Amino acid sequence: MGDCRLHRIIPPKIAQKIMDLIFWASGIITLLILLMVIGYVFYKGLPVINLEFLFTDPMDSGKAGGIFPMIVSSLYVTFIAVLVSAPIGVGAALYLAEYAGENRTVRLIRFGAETLSSIPSIIFGLFGLAFFVIYLRMGWSVLSGGLTLALMALPTILAASEVSIESINKSYAQGSLALGATKWQTVSKVVIPAALPGITTGIILGMARAIAEAAAILYTVGAALITPISLLDPARPLPLHLYILATEGISLDNAWGTAAVLVILILIITVTTNTLVDRYRKQMMGR
Amino acid sequence: MSRWNEEFFIEKGLLLTAVSSIIIITLIIVFIFKEGLPAIQSYGFINFIFGMDWAPSSGQYGVFPMIIGSLGITALSLLMAVPLGILCAIFLAEVAPARMRKILNPTIQTLAGIPSVVYGFFGLILLVPFMRIHFGGTGFSMFTASIILTIMILPIIVSVSEDAIRSIPQEYKEASLALGATHWQTIKNVIFPAAIPGVITSVILGMGRAIGETLAIIMVAGNVVQIPGSIMDPVRALTSNIAIEMGYATGIHYNALFATGIVLIFMIIILLVLANYLHYKKKVTVGGGYL
Repeated sequence: MGDCRLHRIIPPKIAQKIMDLIFWASGIITLLILLMVIGYVFYKGLPVINLEFLFTDPMDSGKAGGIFPMIVSSLYVTFIAVLVSAPIGVGAALYLAEYAGENRTVRLIRFGAETLSSIPSIIFGLFGLAFFVIYLRMGWSVLSGGLTLALMALPTILAASEVSIESINKSYAQGSLALGATKWQTVSKVVIPAALPGITTGIILGMARAIAEAAAILYTVGAALITPISLLDPARPLPLHLYILATEGISLDNAWGTAAVLVILILIITVTTNTLVDRYRKQMMGR
Repeated sequence: MSRWNEEFFIEKGLLLTAVSSIIIITLIIVFIFKEGLPAIQSYGFINFIFGMDWAPSSGQYGVFPMIIGSLGITALSLLMAVPLGILCAIFLAEVAPARMRKILNPTIQTLAGIPSVVYGFFGLILLVPFMRIHFGGTGFSMFTASIILTIMILPIIVSVSEDAIRSIPQEYKEASLALGATHWQTIKNVIFPAAIPGVITSVILGMGRAIGETLAIIMVAGNVVQIPGSIMDPVRALTSNIAIEMGYATGIHYNALFATGIVLIFMIIILLVLANYLHYKKKVTVGGGYL
C-alpha cells in the first residue's frame, strides 16, 4: 500500500535512481563490514605469525611460544571427522540420488539430515560429552572430538554430494545400464567419477565446518597443551585455543596470531573449492 | 548369483549409511533427554521454564531469563541483518557489475566460513571497548552481541537470498521490462515477490545460526542471568549457559544444563516447523498470485 502512495509522489525514474543508490550503498556497506573483520585480524595477527610461532610448543600456558600442538590437534580432529563422515555422507547421497525412489523412508532420511544440519553446535558438544566421552568411555580425546565433529560435518557432505550426483546427466547412467552393466558397476564406474568434483567440494565444505568449530569440542576434546599422538590423547584445536587465550586473557598477541592462522586456513579452503567448482563447470560445459 | 549378492549387499550398505542420520538424530535426542529430564522432573517443568532465578549453588534452576536472552539477541540481530542482507543480495543479483560480484562473492563465502570464535574475539577487542566509550556501561550487552551476530549471519542471508533471486526465470524480468516498467519496479513487483520463498529460507537459516551461536556470544554479551531492561544490558543466552557452566557442573546442576539443551532443541524444532510451513505457504501464494 505504501508503495502505491510512493508511486504517485515520486516519479518512477527518480525512484529508480534512489533505489540504485540504496542498493549500491548496502552492497558497499556489507563489503566494508566484512573486509574490516578480515583486514583487522590480518593487521593484528600477521605480524605474530612466523616459522617459530607455527612450529614450536606454547610456553607458560600459551602466554609465549607457538601453536604447533594446536595446528596438529586441528588437523587431527578434522582428519578423523572427515574420515568418518565422508564415506557415510557420500554413501547416503548415492542411496538417495541413485537407489531410493520417493517414499516415506526417503522423506524421513531427508528430514533427519535437515534436522541434523540445524542442531546448534553446543548440542553436539553435549551429546559428545554424554555419549563418546562418558558412555563409550573415550574420555576427553582426539577421538571423542573428531567423532563429534563428524556428526556435524555429515549433513554438509551429504547435501552437497547429493546435489552433485543428481545434476549428472541421466543419459550417462542409462548408457551404462543399456550396455549391460549392473547398477553398482554403473554407479561406481560412471556416476561417481562424473560427480567427483562435486563430492570433493562437499567434503571440503564439511572439513571447513569441522576445522572452524569450537563449541562442539569444548567438552569433548579436552584442552591439553601438548601435541596429541594417540587417538585417546586430549588435544586443543586452534579455535578452542583462541577461545581460551581470549576469555582467560592469557595473551592477546598469540590470540590474534591464532585467529589469523584460522582465517588463512579458511581462505585456502574457499579458494580451493572455488577453483574446483570453476573447473567442474567448465568441464561440464565443454561436454 | 554372486553378482546378485554383491548388488544386494551394496544397496543395503548404502541404505544403512542413508539411515545413519536418523540414527544419529535419535541418539542425540535420547542422550540429551536422558541426562536432562531428571532435572526437569525434580525441579518441576513450570519452575524450570518460567523460573526467573538461575543459581545452581542454592538449587535454583529457572531458565526464563535465558530464553528471553536468546530470543532478544536473535531478534535484534535479524532486525539489522535481514534488511541489509536482502538489499545486498538484490544488489549482487541485479545491480552490481560483474567485476564487483567477483570481489564480493568470494569475500562473502570466506566470511561464512570464518570460525565464530574469531568474530567473538574481534567483538571482544574492538566492539566492547567502543560500546563502553560511546554508550556507557561495561560494553558487554545484548546490543553488542547482536552486532557481532549480525556480521556472522549476513553472509548466509546474502548468499542464500542471492541464489533465490538469481534462480528467477529471466523471462519474468524481460516481460516486466518490455511492458515499460523501470528496473526498480521490476525488482519490487516481479523479481522479489517471486524470490520470497528462498529469501525466507535464508532468514530462517540465519535465525538458526543466531539461536545456536555459543562462544562468540559468551565473549561479548556479558552473560548476566537477567531479563534485560534495555538492549544495553548484559544478557546470557541458553547456549552460553551450557558452555559456561558445563566445565564444573555436577549432580543435578549437570542435568539442568542438559535440560537447557532440551529447551534449545525445542526452539530449533519450532523454527524448522515454521520454516516448512512458511516456505510451503509462500510458494503457493506466489504461484497463484503473482506468476
